Amino acid sequence: MAEIVLRDVEKYFGDNYIIRKLNLDIRNGEFVVLLGPSGCGKTTTLRAIAGLEDIDSGDILIDGKPVQQLQAADRDIAFVFQLFALYPHLTAYSNIAFPLRATNESKAVVDQRVREVAKALRIEHLLDKRPSALSGGDMQRVAIGRALVRRPKAMLMDEPIGALDAKLREEMRAELKHIHIQNGATTVYVTHDQVEAMAMADKIAIMNEGVLQQVGTPSDVYEHPANLFVAQFIGSPIMNVVNASVRPGDGFTNVTIGEDDAALRFPNELYHKVVEHRHVEDDLAVGIRPEGVQVARVATDGYIPVEAHIIEPLGPYDIVDLKFGKQLLRARTTSGYVDKAGDVVWARLDERQTHFFSTRTGESLHIEM
Amino acid sequence: MAHVELKNITKKFRRHTALSDMSLDIPDGEFFVLLGPTGAGKTTTLRLIAGLDAPDSGSIAIGGKDVGSWGSAERDVALVFQYYSLYPHYTVRENLEFPLKSKHRRFTRDEIVTRVAKAAKTLRIEHLLERKTDRLSGGEMQRVSIGRAIVREPRVFLMDEPLSNLDAKLREILRAELKDLQMKLGATFLYVTHDQVEAMSMGDKVGILNHGRIVQIGTPHEIYNRPRDTFVATFVGSPAMNLLSAAVRVGRLIVEPGKLEVPLEGDVAVRAPSGADRVTLGVRSEDVLLGQGGLEGQVYAVENHGVEKVVTLKVNEHTLKATVPARMAIEVDTTVPFTFNPRKLQFFDAQTGVNLN
Repeated sequence: MAEIVLRDVEKYFGDNYIIRKLNLDIRNGEFVVLLGPSGCGKTTTLRAIAGLEDIDSGDILIDGKPVQQLQAADRDIAFVFQLFALYPHLTAYSNIAFPLRATNESKAVVDQRVREVAKALRIEHLLDKRPSALSGGDMQRVAIGRALVRRPKAMLMDEPIGALDAKLREEMRAELKHIHIQNGATTVYVTHDQVEAMAMADKIAIMNEGVLQQVGTPSDVYEHPANLFVAQFIGSPIMNVVNASVRPGDGFTNVTIGEDDAALRFPNELYHKVVEHRHVEDDLAVGIRPEGVQVARVATDGYIPVEAHIIEPLGPYDIVDLKFGKQLLRARTTSGYVDKAGDVVWARLDERQTHFFSTRTGESLHIEM
Repeated sequence: MAHVELKNITKKFRRHTALSDMSLDIPDGEFFVLLGPTGAGKTTTLRLIAGLDAPDSGSIAIGGKDVGSWGSAERDVALVFQYYSLYPHYTVRENLEFPLKSKHRRFTRDEIVTRVAKAAKTLRIEHLLERKTDRLSGGEMQRVSIGRAIVREPRVFLMDEPLSNLDAKLREILRAELKDLQMKLGATFLYVTHDQVEAMSMGDKVGILNHGRIVQIGTPHEIYNRPRDTFVATFVGSPAMNLLSAAVRVGRLIVEPGKLEVPLEGDVAVRAPSGADRVTLGVRSEDVLLGQGGLEGQVYAVENHGVEKVVTLKVNEHTLKATVPARMAIEVDTTVPFTFNPRKLQFFDAQTGVNLN
């Protein structure tokens, strides 16, 4: 068990910041995912926690003690890589037992711990096999077993399922999450895949270009993204973002999207809230996820007519491109709700799911309706 | 623009049969997606149509004419690959002009300029025309590769996983762009992928290929709602369809092992195969209804997917995935009631996996 704290951590090569003023609290037993595009500094951060990488300034504290001076081996942390890094000439059993060889544990204790871990990972029947005889998913289970068997204070994982195919990744996600809940080790997990982050994390830390963008639970970052980067990095399909302007109307607020492409009615108080946040009107972008774009097949009060374009039938639901003038907004509808491209339907934006951003800073205005 | 027809195609590589008795009929102007796992024979199919390989038996017709004896250039089809085969030291414009300057095609200077301008406009790469291709991003490079196919105005577009090297966000954007492009051009597209989301979202029709055989052809809606067998059922859709071994009794199903009883009422009781004693029951995650009904499961894991949650349930020996709205509160290690949406149950033959309805 361990608490990991990063205080003003920085890492740079010459003028290039890899990590910039990173502050992050990882609580005991928490599953934290570092998420971001390649080159955002997430793997460097993970390696710095492990002691595989030096930092240029700041502090890394494990259970309150600075660890910069400690070697990787003395930090009592286990690391799982994307590539399985198993010993090819050893059986799964010996691969898992390997870290215990150096600890003077009795054979019986080693055996008990290996079997415990194998049971949790459901690889008991594979213990006699060598890595070459295992599938990708099973190899990664063995690699995770080798990390778990030491009962480390913390587990660090660098895209551990990134090399597996889609179906197996789906399965392993639930497995890893379950193992974490069972063993309770503090886990820091790096990925560029937002689905994985959302699915597994207690808390997601989103990074871009070395800078931490937002830390929060999956629902926090999905429902209340701090800025445009987070808004569009999290969620699939991508959140719709369009430029907009806001004008007071008679008992409502008029939100015009694009260059006068469509005027939508919002509650009266929106205008005042926008004014309150002291942003000039033309400095506004509206963001809305496809499920926030509400669609009706008949003319409905408060809805405006829009033309349907591409329809993506994804099985349980459809993603429909709607033409709000020249602006395309994607909506999520039940399967088959909009018949075909070219049909006219009626749409509105759900004000409770509409986000307002400053286009100048990219920051959310935190206007909640 | 052309109708593409493959009849009873078989192709072997030494002792390995890449395609066996494959027939495809792609009408003029259709976006057809060939979907299957690695090694299913998807790329082989494209190469046969393009004339890069010859089938061992069967015939290929483009625009109603048998092209078996035609060379690759005469077939007038364009191939776009996963790897952008661009000339790195040339500008985008030079790359786009290149296919028009081949010996087989004699275009005037004006015509070349017009076609390149038109393609660049369609793909929104006009601002990149004078840039060298090694200075482009992945998405821009793939747009240029597609541009090289468009300028030729080929009769058929063949695309071999053109988006699979791009990151998730870009893939999503280009998916919509490609579909839009195909609708604008009104061209016949044969698009190959292993990604079921791509297939579902772009295809007018989807053909599912496994081990060199076509398993099912249908609209995305048909494939999702009426999978021909358990392979299609689990290959299309995410999470994969839940499959359970079950015995059919009068008015109920007994799911083995663990004797989980599922009552069968109304329409589904009629559809349930009475003749077959053992079946494989298929149920999609959105048709596992949590918080209601007479069955019980243990919550094993909960995944947040933003708009919804995917819950892994353990029911006796079975693992089930259920999709629920994000707002539903579900705790790991608790017991929850559930039932199946009876109207959506699928029954497959326990031995062959073929859909019994």
